[in-house]
Amino acid sequence: MDDHDTEHDSAYSGLLVNDAHWAFGTDFEDPLAGVDTTIPEGTDAATLAAYALMLGDDALVMSHRISEWTSNAPDLEDDIALSNIALDLLGQARLLLARAARADESLVPVLPGGSPVPAEDALAYFREAHEFRNVRLAEVANGDFAEVVVRVMLFSIWRLAIWEQLRASRDSVLAAVAAKGVKELAYHRDYAARWFVTLAGGTDESRTRLLTALDSLWPLWPELFDAHEAEVAAAASGVGVDPSTVREAAEATLAQVLLAADVARPEAARRSGVMGRFGRDGMHGEALSRVLAEMQSVARAHPLGQW
Amino acid sequence: MRPDLARETAARVTDPELPMLTLHDLGILRDVEVLRSGHVVVDITPTYSGCPAMATMRDDLVRELNGVGFDRVEVRVSLDPAWTTDWITPEGRAALSAAGISPPGPARSMSGPIPLSLSPTARLIYCPQCGSTATELLSEFGSTACKALYRCADCREPFDHVKEI
Repeated sequence: MDDHDTEHDSAYSGLLVNDAHWAFGTDFEDPLAGVDTTIPEGTDAATLAAYALMLGDDALVMSHRISEWTSNAPDLEDDIALSNIALDLLGQARLLLARAARADESLVPVLPGGSPVPAEDALAYFREAHEFRNVRLAEVANGDFAEVVVRVMLFSIWRLAIWEQLRASRDSVLAAVAAKGVKELAYHRDYAARWFVTLAGGTDESRTRLLTALDSLWPLWPELFDAHEAEVAAAASGVGVDPSTVREAAEATLAQVLLAADVARPEAARRSGVMGRFGRDGMHGEALSRVLAEMQSVARAHPLGQW
Repeated sequence: MRPDLARETAARVTDPELPMLTLHDLGILRDVEVLRSGHVVVDITPTYSGCPAMATMRDDLVRELNGVGFDRVEVRVSLDPAWTTDWITPEGRAALSAAGISPPGPARSMSGPIPLSLSPTARLIYCPQCGSTATELLSEFGSTACKALYRCADCREPFDHVKEI
Protein backbone atom coordinates (compact mmCIF):
# COMPACT_ATOMS: atom_id res chain seq x y z
CA MET A 1 0.00 0.00 0.00
CA ASP A 2 1.53 3.34 -0.97
CA ASP A 3 1.34 6.57 1.06
CA HIS A 4 -1.61 7.83 -0.88
CA ASP A 5 -3.76 4.82 0.04
CA THR A 6 -2.64 4.96 3.66
CA GLU A 7 -3.76 8.54 3.94
CA HIS A 8 -7.21 7.77 2.59
CA ASP A 9 -7.60 4.72 4.79
CA SER A 10 -7.72 6.91 7.86
CA ALA A 11 -11.51 7.09 8.05
CA TYR A 12 -11.62 3.37 8.79
CA SER A 13 -8.36 2.88 10.65
CA GLY A 14 -10.00 3.41 14.03
CA LEU A 15 -12.83 1.02 13.27
CA LEU A 16 -10.99 -1.94 11.84
CA VAL A 17 -8.18 -2.51 14.31
CA ASN A 18 -8.57 -6.24 13.85
CA ASP A 19 -11.35 -8.74 13.24
CA ALA A 20 -12.19 -9.06 16.91
CA HIS A 21 -12.50 -5.32 17.38
CA TRP A 22 -15.61 -5.00 15.27
CA ALA A 23 -18.20 -7.69 15.74
CA PHE A 24 -20.30 -8.17 12.63
CA GLY A 25 -23.59 -9.49 13.92
CA THR A 26 -24.51 -9.20 17.55
CA ASP A 27 -25.55 -12.77 18.29
CA PHE A 28 -28.28 -13.18 20.87
CA GLU A 29 -28.08 -11.52 24.22
CA ASP A 30 -30.60 -10.80 26.93
CA PRO A 31 -31.52 -7.11 26.74
CA LEU A 32 -32.65 -7.25 30.37
CA ALA A 33 -29.49 -8.93 31.69
CA GLY A 34 -28.72 -7.41 35.06
CA VAL A 35 -31.98 -5.47 35.21
CA ASP A 36 -34.27 -5.98 38.19
CA THR A 37 -37.35 -7.64 36.69
CA THR A 38 -39.14 -8.42 39.95
CA ILE A 39 -42.89 -7.95 39.56
CA PRO A 40 -43.94 -5.03 41.80
CA GLU A 41 -45.81 -6.14 44.89
CA GLY A 42 -49.55 -6.36 44.39
CA THR A 43 -49.28 -6.32 40.59
CA ASP A 44 -50.68 -9.17 38.55
CA ALA A 45 -47.91 -10.53 36.31
CA ALA A 46 -50.31 -11.22 33.43
CA THR A 47 -51.60 -7.64 33.56
CA LEU A 48 -48.09 -6.23 33.44
CA ALA A 49 -47.16 -8.55 30.57
CA ALA A 50 -50.28 -7.73 28.54
CA TYR A 51 -49.59 -4.02 28.97
CA ALA A 52 -45.89 -4.26 28.04
CA LEU A 53 -46.87 -6.30 24.99
CA MET A 54 -49.20 -3.54 23.76
CA LEU A 55 -46.52 -0.86 24.06
CA GLY A 56 -43.97 -3.19 22.51
CA ASP A 57 -46.20 -4.07 19.55
CA ASP A 58 -46.89 -0.38 18.87
CA ALA A 59 -43.15 0.23 18.65
CA LEU A 60 -42.36 -2.90 16.64
CA VAL A 61 -45.00 -2.41 13.93
CA MET A 62 -44.40 1.34 13.71
CA SER A 63 -40.67 0.73 13.48
CA HIS A 64 -41.18 -1.70 10.61
CA ARG A 65 -43.37 0.72 8.67
CA ILE A 66 -40.90 3.57 9.14
CA SER A 67 -37.98 1.33 8.22
CA GLU A 68 -39.67 0.73 4.85
CA TRP A 69 -38.66 4.33 4.13
CA THR A 70 -34.98 3.49 4.38
CA SER A 71 -33.45 4.21 0.96
CA ASN A 72 -36.77 5.66 -0.21
CA ALA A 73 -36.96 9.07 1.49
CA PRO A 74 -36.90 12.26 -0.59
CA ASP A 75 -33.37 13.15 0.50
CA LEU A 76 -30.48 11.64 2.38
CA GLU A 77 -31.01 13.62 5.59
CA ASP A 78 -34.60 12.44 5.94
CA ASP A 79 -33.69 8.91 4.96
CA ILE A 80 -31.23 8.88 7.86
CA ALA A 81 -33.67 10.61 10.20
CA LEU A 82 -36.45 8.10 9.52
CA SER A 83 -34.03 5.18 9.82
CA ASN A 84 -32.84 6.48 13.19
CA ILE A 85 -36.43 6.90 14.39
CA ALA A 86 -37.20 3.33 13.33
CA LEU A 87 -34.10 2.13 15.17
CA ASP A 88 -35.08 3.91 18.40
CA LEU A 89 -38.52 2.31 18.24
CA LEU A 90 -37.03 -1.10 17.53
CA GLY A 91 -34.89 -0.73 20.63
CA GLN A 92 -37.96 0.18 22.68
CA ALA A 93 -39.83 -2.78 21.21
CA ARG A 94 -37.07 -5.19 22.11
CA LEU A 95 -36.99 -4.10 25.75
CA LEU A 96 -40.77 -4.09 26.06
CA LEU A 97 -41.28 -7.50 24.46
CA ALA A 98 -38.51 -8.90 26.66
CA ARG A 99 -40.26 -7.36 29.66
CA ALA A 100 -43.58 -8.93 28.63
CA ALA A 101 -41.97 -12.33 28.19
CA ARG A 102 -40.18 -12.17 31.54
CA ALA A 103 -43.39 -11.25 33.34
CA ASP A 104 -45.53 -13.96 31.71
CA GLU A 105 -43.73 -16.74 29.86
CA SER A 106 -47.03 -18.26 28.73
CA LEU A 107 -47.31 -15.43 26.17
CA VAL A 108 -44.23 -16.62 24.31
CA PRO A 109 -44.81 -18.95 21.34
CA VAL A 110 -43.21 -22.35 21.84
CA LEU A 111 -40.47 -23.09 19.32
CA PRO A 112 -38.85 -26.42 18.39
CA GLY A 113 -36.49 -27.81 21.04
CA GLY A 114 -32.99 -26.42 20.71
CA SER A 115 -34.10 -23.16 19.16
CA PRO A 116 -31.77 -20.34 20.24
CA VAL A 117 -34.38 -17.68 19.45
CA PRO A 118 -34.81 -15.45 22.52
CA ALA A 119 -38.25 -14.73 23.95
CA GLU A 120 -38.57 -11.21 22.51
CA ASP A 121 -37.79 -12.51 19.03
CA ALA A 122 -40.26 -15.38 19.45
CA LEU A 123 -42.92 -12.78 20.26
CA ALA A 124 -41.97 -10.63 17.28
CA TYR A 125 -41.61 -13.35 14.68
CA PHE A 126 -43.84 -16.24 15.71
CA ARG A 127 -47.19 -14.70 16.60
CA GLU A 128 -50.13 -14.39 14.23
CA ALA A 129 -51.71 -11.04 13.38
CA HIS A 130 -54.62 -11.51 15.78
CA GLU A 131 -52.15 -11.91 18.65
CA PHE A 132 -50.65 -8.47 18.03
CA ARG A 133 -51.96 -5.70 20.27
CA ASN A 134 -50.74 -2.60 18.45
CA VAL A 135 -52.98 0.34 17.64
CA ARG A 136 -54.03 0.37 14.00
CA LEU A 137 -52.31 3.72 13.30
CA ALA A 138 -48.99 1.85 13.41
CA GLU A 139 -49.88 -0.74 10.80
CA VAL A 140 -51.61 1.00 7.89
CA ALA A 141 -49.76 0.93 4.58
CA ASN A 142 -47.29 3.72 3.87
CA GLY A 143 -48.21 6.57 1.57
CA ASP A 144 -46.08 9.51 0.47
CA PHE A 145 -43.61 11.53 2.56
CA ALA A 146 -46.44 13.70 3.93
CA GLU A 147 -48.12 10.55 5.16
CA VAL A 148 -45.10 9.38 7.18
CA VAL A 149 -44.69 12.89 8.59
CA VAL A 150 -48.29 12.97 9.79
CA ARG A 151 -48.15 9.40 11.08
CA VAL A 152 -44.91 9.89 13.04
CA MET A 153 -46.28 13.16 14.44
CA LEU A 154 -49.59 11.71 15.65
CA PHE A 155 -47.91 8.58 17.00
CA SER A 156 -45.13 10.47 18.80
CA ILE A 157 -47.40 13.11 20.34
CA TRP A 158 -49.58 10.35 21.77
CA ARG A 159 -46.78 8.03 22.84
CA LEU A 160 -44.73 10.81 24.44
CA ALA A 161 -47.77 11.97 26.45
CA ILE A 162 -48.14 8.43 27.79
CA TRP A 163 -44.45 7.92 28.43
CA GLU A 164 -44.11 11.14 30.37
CA GLN A 165 -46.47 9.50 32.88
CA LEU A 166 -44.99 6.02 32.50
CA ARG A 167 -41.71 7.27 33.98
CA ALA A 168 -43.46 6.97 37.34
CA SER A 169 -44.42 3.32 36.77
CA ARG A 170 -44.05 1.05 39.79
CA ASP A 171 -42.43 -1.46 37.45
CA SER A 172 -38.75 -0.55 37.40
CA VAL A 173 -38.26 -1.84 33.84
CA LEU A 174 -41.15 0.16 32.35
CA ALA A 175 -40.06 3.25 34.31
CA ALA A 176 -36.49 2.94 33.01
CA VAL A 177 -37.58 2.26 29.42
CA ALA A 178 -39.87 5.30 29.57
CA ALA A 179 -37.22 7.56 31.10
CA LYS A 180 -34.92 6.78 28.17
CA GLY A 181 -37.72 6.70 25.62
CA VAL A 182 -39.05 10.19 26.32
CA LYS A 183 -35.75 11.65 25.18
CA GLU A 184 -36.02 9.78 21.90
CA LEU A 185 -39.72 10.43 21.36
CA ALA A 186 -39.26 14.17 21.91
CA TYR A 187 -36.83 14.22 18.98
CA HIS A 188 -39.22 12.16 16.82
CA ARG A 189 -42.19 14.36 17.63
CA ASP A 190 -40.37 17.62 17.02
CA TYR A 191 -38.86 16.33 13.76
CA ALA A 192 -42.27 15.37 12.39
CA ALA A 193 -44.03 18.48 13.71
CA ARG A 194 -41.46 20.76 12.01
CA TRP A 195 -41.95 18.93 8.71
CA PHE A 196 -45.72 19.24 9.20
CA VAL A 197 -45.42 23.04 9.47
CA THR A 198 -42.95 23.16 6.58
CA LEU A 199 -45.14 21.12 4.23
CA ALA A 200 -48.24 23.08 5.23
CA GLY A 201 -46.54 26.35 4.38
CA GLY A 202 -44.70 25.09 1.30
CA THR A 203 -46.22 24.80 -2.15
CA ASP A 204 -49.85 24.11 -3.04
CA GLU A 205 -48.74 20.57 -3.83
CA SER A 206 -47.06 19.97 -0.46
CA ARG A 207 -50.00 21.45 1.42
CA THR A 208 -52.51 19.40 -0.52
CA ARG A 209 -50.57 16.21 0.14
CA LEU A 210 -50.25 17.04 3.83
CA LEU A 211 -53.98 17.64 4.22
CA THR A 212 -54.75 14.45 2.31
CA ALA A 213 -52.47 12.50 4.64
CA LEU A 214 -53.99 14.09 7.72
CA ASP A 215 -57.51 13.29 6.53
CA SER A 216 -56.60 9.68 5.79
CA LEU A 217 -54.98 9.04 9.20
CA TRP A 218 -57.33 11.12 11.30
CA PRO A 219 -59.98 8.38 11.73
CA LEU A 220 -57.33 6.34 13.60
CA TRP A 221 -56.46 9.11 16.11
CA PRO A 222 -59.40 8.55 18.53
CA GLU A 223 -58.52 4.85 18.87
CA LEU A 224 -55.23 5.89 20.54
CA PHE A 225 -57.14 7.17 23.55
CA ASP A 226 -59.46 4.21 24.03
CA ALA A 227 -58.90 2.62 27.41
CA HIS A 228 -58.55 -1.12 26.90
CA GLU A 229 -59.20 -3.22 29.98
CA ALA A 230 -55.54 -4.30 30.13
CA GLU A 231 -54.48 -0.64 30.16
CA VAL A 232 -57.03 0.25 32.81
CA ALA A 233 -55.86 -2.67 34.95
CA ALA A 234 -52.20 -1.73 34.49
CA ALA A 235 -52.98 1.86 35.43
CA ALA A 236 -54.96 0.75 38.47
CA SER A 237 -52.01 -1.20 39.81
CA GLY A 238 -49.62 1.68 39.18
CA VAL A 239 -47.52 0.10 36.44
CA GLY A 240 -49.21 1.56 33.36
CA VAL A 241 -51.02 4.61 32.04
CA ASP A 242 -54.68 4.77 31.04
CA PRO A 243 -54.43 6.43 27.59
CA SER A 244 -57.75 8.22 28.04
CA THR A 245 -56.05 10.35 30.72
CA VAL A 246 -53.50 11.84 28.30
CA ARG A 247 -56.00 12.88 25.65
CA GLU A 248 -56.09 16.49 26.83
CA ALA A 249 -52.30 16.85 26.90
CA ALA A 250 -51.94 15.23 23.46
CA GLU A 251 -54.71 17.35 21.94
CA ALA A 252 -53.06 20.49 23.34
CA THR A 253 -49.74 19.61 21.69
CA LEU A 254 -51.44 18.75 18.42
CA ALA A 255 -53.35 22.05 18.54
CA GLN A 256 -50.02 23.92 18.75
CA VAL A 257 -48.78 22.26 15.57
CA LEU A 258 -52.06 22.80 13.71
CA LEU A 259 -52.07 26.47 14.71
CA ALA A 260 -48.47 26.98 13.57
CA ALA A 261 -49.30 25.23 10.28
CA ASP A 262 -52.61 27.06 9.83
CA VAL A 263 -54.40 23.75 9.42
CA ALA A 264 -57.90 23.13 10.78
CA ARG A 265 -58.48 20.14 13.06
CA PRO A 266 -60.16 17.50 10.86
CA GLU A 267 -63.70 16.48 11.63
CA ALA A 268 -63.82 13.03 10.10
CA ALA A 269 -65.39 10.33 12.24
CA ARG A 270 -63.30 7.59 13.80
CA ARG A 271 -62.73 4.35 11.96
CA SER A 272 -65.03 1.69 13.30
CA GLY A 273 -63.79 -1.55 14.71
CA VAL A 274 -65.11 -4.99 13.92
CA MET A 275 -67.92 -5.86 16.31
CA GLY A 276 -66.51 -3.30 18.73
CA ARG A 277 -62.98 -4.68 18.58
CA PHE A 278 -59.90 -2.66 17.68
CA GLY A 279 -56.12 -3.03 17.42
CA ARG A 280 -55.69 -3.49 21.16
CA ASP A 281 -58.12 -6.44 20.97
CA GLY A 282 -56.11 -8.10 18.21
CA MET A 283 -58.48 -6.91 15.47
CA HIS A 284 -56.33 -5.56 12.62
CA GLY A 285 -56.55 -4.68 8.98
CA GLU A 286 -55.07 -6.61 6.09
CA ALA A 287 -52.10 -4.23 6.27
CA LEU A 288 -50.73 -5.91 9.40
CA SER A 289 -50.78 -9.32 7.74
CA ARG A 290 -48.64 -7.93 4.96
CA VAL A 291 -46.18 -6.39 7.43
CA LEU A 292 -45.89 -9.67 9.29
CA ALA A 293 -45.51 -11.74 6.14
CA GLU A 294 -42.45 -9.73 5.24
CA MET A 295 -41.06 -9.25 8.74
CA GLN A 296 -41.48 -12.85 9.91
CA SER A 297 -40.77 -14.99 6.86
CA VAL A 298 -37.02 -15.47 7.34
CA ALA A 299 -37.25 -16.18 11.07
CA ARG A 300 -40.09 -18.64 10.52
CA ALA A 301 -38.17 -20.47 7.82
CA HIS A 302 -35.26 -20.97 10.23
CA PRO A 303 -36.62 -21.41 13.77
CA LEU A 304 -33.30 -22.98 14.78
CA GLY A 305 -31.24 -20.24 13.12
CA GLN A 306 -28.43 -18.43 14.89
CA TRP A 307 -27.76 -14.94 13.55
CA MET B 1 -8.20 -8.94 43.81
CA ARG B 2 -6.69 -6.17 41.65
CA PRO B 3 -9.81 -3.98 41.48
CA ASP B 4 -7.76 -1.09 40.11
CA LEU B 5 -6.52 -3.19 37.20
CA ALA B 6 -10.09 -4.22 36.33
CA ARG B 7 -11.33 -0.63 36.53
CA GLU B 8 -8.47 0.78 34.48
CA THR B 9 -8.80 -1.93 31.85
CA ALA B 10 -12.57 -1.46 31.49
CA ALA B 11 -12.16 2.31 31.40
CA ARG B 12 -9.74 2.05 28.47
CA VAL B 13 -12.15 0.17 26.18
CA THR B 14 -13.28 2.45 23.36
CA ASP B 15 -16.68 3.05 21.81
CA PRO B 16 -16.97 1.12 18.51
CA GLU B 17 -18.53 4.02 16.63
CA LEU B 18 -16.62 6.82 18.36
CA PRO B 19 -13.23 5.13 18.74
CA MET B 20 -11.62 8.33 20.03
CA LEU B 21 -13.74 7.98 23.18
CA THR B 22 -13.28 5.48 25.97
CA LEU B 23 -16.37 4.05 27.64
CA HIS B 24 -15.32 6.02 30.72
CA ASP B 25 -15.17 9.28 28.71
CA LEU B 26 -18.54 8.53 27.14
CA GLY B 27 -20.02 8.12 30.61
CA ILE B 28 -21.60 4.73 29.97
CA LEU B 29 -19.28 2.79 32.29
CA ARG B 30 -21.17 2.88 35.56
CA ASP B 31 -19.40 0.44 37.82
CA VAL B 32 -16.63 -2.17 37.83
CA GLU B 33 -16.62 -4.56 40.72
CA VAL B 34 -14.28 -7.43 41.48
CA LEU B 35 -16.00 -10.04 43.64
CA ARG B 36 -14.21 -12.12 46.23
CA SER B 37 -14.35 -15.03 43.76
CA GLY B 38 -12.35 -13.05 41.22
CA HIS B 39 -15.44 -12.61 39.09
CA VAL B 40 -15.65 -9.13 37.49
CA VAL B 41 -19.04 -7.43 37.14
CA VAL B 42 -19.20 -4.42 34.82
CA ASP B 43 -22.26 -2.15 34.63
CA ILE B 44 -22.85 -0.13 31.47
CA THR B 45 -25.74 2.12 30.42
CA PRO B 46 -27.12 2.18 26.87
CA THR B 47 -26.96 5.50 25.04
CA TYR B 48 -30.07 4.97 22.88
CA SER B 49 -32.64 2.16 23.21
CA GLY B 50 -31.74 0.70 19.82
CA CYS B 51 -28.01 1.41 19.90
CA PRO B 52 -26.43 -1.46 17.96
CA ALA B 53 -23.04 -0.79 19.55
CA MET B 54 -24.02 -2.21 22.93
CA ALA B 55 -23.27 -5.83 22.08
CA THR B 56 -19.90 -4.86 20.64
CA MET B 57 -19.05 -2.89 23.76
CA ARG B 58 -19.92 -5.87 25.91
CA ASP B 59 -17.75 -8.17 23.80
CA ASP B 60 -14.87 -5.68 23.90
CA LEU B 61 -15.09 -5.41 27.68
CA VAL B 62 -15.04 -9.17 28.11
CA ARG B 63 -12.12 -9.58 25.74
CA GLU B 64 -9.99 -6.83 27.29
CA LEU B 65 -10.62 -8.02 30.84
CA ASN B 66 -9.90 -11.62 29.82
CA GLY B 67 -6.67 -10.31 28.32
CA VAL B 68 -5.38 -9.02 31.65
CA GLY B 69 -6.26 -12.20 33.50
CA PHE B 70 -9.89 -11.88 34.59
CA ASP B 71 -11.41 -15.09 33.31
CA ARG B 72 -14.95 -14.59 34.47
CA VAL B 73 -16.52 -11.34 33.37
CA GLU B 74 -20.16 -10.39 33.48
CA VAL B 75 -21.40 -7.24 31.75
CA ARG B 76 -24.71 -5.95 33.06
CA VAL B 77 -26.94 -3.30 31.57
CA SER B 78 -28.21 -0.55 33.88
CA LEU B 79 -31.26 1.08 32.32
CA ASP B 80 -31.82 3.44 35.23
CA PRO B 81 -30.92 6.25 35.47
CA ALA B 82 -31.00 6.84 31.72
CA TRP B 83 -27.75 7.94 30.08
CA THR B 84 -27.33 11.64 29.44
CA THR B 85 -24.70 13.43 27.37
CA ASP B 86 -23.94 15.43 30.50
CA TRP B 87 -21.95 12.36 31.62
CA ILE B 88 -19.41 12.75 28.82
CA THR B 89 -16.19 13.80 30.58
CA PRO B 90 -14.20 16.99 29.78
CA GLU B 91 -11.48 14.72 28.33
CA GLY B 92 -14.12 13.03 26.18
CA ARG B 93 -15.37 16.38 24.91
CA ALA B 94 -11.84 17.41 24.02
CA ALA B 95 -11.30 14.12 22.19
CA LEU B 96 -14.50 14.59 20.19
CA SER B 97 -13.46 18.11 19.13
CA ALA B 98 -10.01 16.91 18.16
CA ALA B 99 -11.63 14.26 15.96
CA GLY B 100 -13.81 16.82 14.18
CA ILE B 101 -17.02 16.08 16.08
CA SER B 102 -18.76 18.88 17.93
CA PRO B 103 -19.36 17.92 21.58
CA PRO B 104 -22.83 18.25 23.17
CA GLY B 105 -23.98 21.24 25.19
CA PRO B 106 -25.96 20.87 28.42
CA ALA B 107 -28.93 18.47 28.12
CA ARG B 108 -32.39 19.97 28.38
CA SER B 109 -34.43 19.22 31.44
CA MET B 110 -36.51 16.08 31.03
CA SER B 111 -38.73 16.34 34.07
CA GLY B 112 -42.44 17.04 33.57
CA PRO B 113 -44.03 17.51 30.15
CA ILE B 114 -41.49 18.12 27.39
CA PRO B 115 -42.53 21.24 25.48
CA LEU B 116 -42.96 21.03 21.72
CA SER B 117 -40.19 22.76 19.79
CA LEU B 118 -41.16 23.84 16.28
CA SER B 119 -37.93 25.65 15.50
CA PRO B 120 -34.59 23.99 14.93
CA THR B 121 -32.76 23.45 18.21
CA ALA B 122 -30.74 26.58 18.98
CA ARG B 123 -27.24 25.60 19.98
CA LEU B 124 -24.11 27.67 20.38
CA ILE B 125 -21.55 25.41 18.79
CA TYR B 126 -18.20 25.81 17.13
CA CYS B 127 -17.17 24.31 13.83
CA PRO B 128 -14.61 21.68 14.85
CA GLN B 129 -12.65 22.41 11.66
CA CYS B 130 -12.28 26.20 11.75
CA GLY B 131 -13.80 27.30 15.07
CA SER B 132 -16.48 29.48 13.46
CA THR B 133 -19.80 29.85 15.30
CA ALA B 134 -21.64 30.44 12.00
CA THR B 135 -23.10 26.97 11.69
CA GLU B 136 -26.26 25.61 10.18
CA LEU B 137 -28.27 22.56 11.28
CA LEU B 138 -28.87 20.22 8.34
CA SER B 139 -30.60 17.41 10.24
CA GLU B 140 -31.30 16.44 13.85
CA PHE B 141 -30.46 12.88 12.86
CA GLY B 142 -26.94 12.23 11.66
CA SER B 143 -24.66 9.29 10.91
CA THR B 144 -25.75 7.59 14.13
CA ALA B 145 -28.78 8.08 16.37
CA CYS B 146 -26.70 10.10 18.83
CA LYS B 147 -25.52 12.74 16.36
CA ALA B 148 -26.99 15.68 14.44
CA LEU B 149 -25.60 16.88 11.12
CA TYR B 150 -24.32 20.46 10.75
CA ARG B 151 -22.55 22.57 8.15
CA CYS B 152 -20.16 25.43 8.78
CA ALA B 153 -21.13 28.63 6.94
CA ASP B 154 -17.51 29.82 6.85
CA CYS B 155 -15.39 26.83 5.85
CA ARG B 156 -18.40 25.02 4.30
CA GLU B 157 -17.41 21.71 5.85
CA PRO B 158 -20.17 19.45 7.16
CA PHE B 159 -19.67 17.98 10.63
CA ASP B 160 -21.36 15.83 13.24
CA HIS B 161 -22.61 17.19 16.56
CA VAL B 162 -23.30 14.86 19.47
CA LYS B 163 -26.82 15.91 20.37
CA GLU B 164 -27.96 16.59 23.87
CA ILE B 165 -30.13 13.97 25.51
